[in-house]
Amino acid sequence: MLFNEIVSLSAEHLLLVAIAVMAATAIAAPSAVFLTHHARSRRWTLAVVNIIQTIPSLALFGFILPLPFIGGVGKRTAILALILYALLPILRNTVVGITGVDATVRESAVAMGMTDGQILRAVELPLALPTILAGVRIATVTTIGTATIAAAIGGGGLGTFVFRGIAMADTKTILAGAVPAALMAITADEVLEWVERRFSY
Amino acid sequence: MAALVEFRNVTYQAGGREILRGIDLSIEEHETVVLLGRSGSGKTTLLKMVNRLLEPSSGEVLFSGQRISEQDRIQLRRRIGYVIQDGGLFPHVTVARNIGLVPELEGWAEDRIRKRVTELLDAVGLDPRVYAARYPRQLSGGEKQRVGIARALAADPPLLLLDEPFAALDPVTRFGMQRHFAHLSQTLGKTALFVTHDVREALMLGTRIALLKEGRLEVVAKAHEFSRAQSQEAQAFLATLAEGPHAVQ
Repeated sequence: MLFNEIVSLSAEHLLLVAIAVMAATAIAAPSAVFLTHHARSRRWTLAVVNIIQTIPSLALFGFILPLPFIGGVGKRTAILALILYALLPILRNTVVGITGVDATVRESAVAMGMTDGQILRAVELPLALPTILAGVRIATVTTIGTATIAAAIGGGGLGTFVFRGIAMADTKTILAGAVPAALMAITADEVLEWVERRFSY
Repeated sequence: MAALVEFRNVTYQAGGREILRGIDLSIEEHETVVLLGRSGSGKTTLLKMVNRLLEPSSGEVLFSGQRISEQDRIQLRRRIGYVIQDGGLFPHVTVARNIGLVPELEGWAEDRIRKRVTELLDAVGLDPRVYAARYPRQLSGGEKQRVGIARALAADPPLLLLDEPFAALDPVTRFGMQRHFAHLSQTLGKTALFVTHDVREALMLGTRIALLKEGRLEVVAKAHEFSRAQSQEAQAFLATLAEGPHAVQ
């Protein structure tokens, strides 16, 4: 039945997105903290991540596909590509959030005798949190969209409907994938914006 | 009287420019030394060398008779209160947590911190029941500055460094804060190094005034003797006092 398939593919889609965004956060946030202290590596890292972002998603899936060990048709390849896309907004927002902390506030913290670790935990991260969460929100919403294309390389999810619909020239089937994906994106945006507001000061 | 802070032939260079040259100055316990000077005279630079926000290019700074270059920065800074122009308060935590931070870092018990916060808010003239739970954005400029001073005093440091703390306040609030500070530093017996470009403030708060001009110490004098200083720069500053609607005519 179509409805059951929509539910199960939506769940699969959501799982793909959740894994990709969580992994990207786990990679990007600590890297960004490191990069705030290293201006030179910050420039080239952001440049590389920016370039990844400009590769069309279908092409990126195509690039990863033939790679040994990490490539191949299936979810693993799809998730890897989604992680690469989600890195940029999280990395950039974390860097901006931390470097954007008011210089007088940081100087006060230093002058009060806080260690670098204490400044990071008690001042910089809490002040950067709303910006970091905005990055996670942007990453989540775009990943929900990009994940539909992951079906092209066997990633599953709502893209399955889209590609099946295109193959059958059947608009109804395309919409069965596209509409839930759009709803998912809007809901994620709303929910994460609410979380962001809760952590604003 | 023992010197709490001592500058010995301190110079500071940045970007090929000499900001400070051959500074010799000592600050005795329980006195307030005001560093007076125009913008760019090097007064803030000199202040920041005491808590090692900046390191001298040559020369030595001593705190309690010990070279600060040989002391642990973190430990040194926790024994020195620091107050800046807009307070530098942490916007994401309450007034109470702002004040209690250094004691917290020093591992004080929660009860003792709470008592200390109450005591300090009282001392700077803010009702703890009203202000403890507020956030910095809910405070006026003068209130922020009071909290900034309370925070600097939190762990009962022997020395306070103040960098134009009242410069951004309106004149009425500023005058109130100056009087309050004079009273506070006297009753608490603190030693203070106070940066300002306002000669009236310098005369009001300083035990001694150290006048800086282009990175050199031009005059060091007791506040009540400052007006007799044979220095063009000192006279230029004193001339600003006479300025007013009457002087123009």
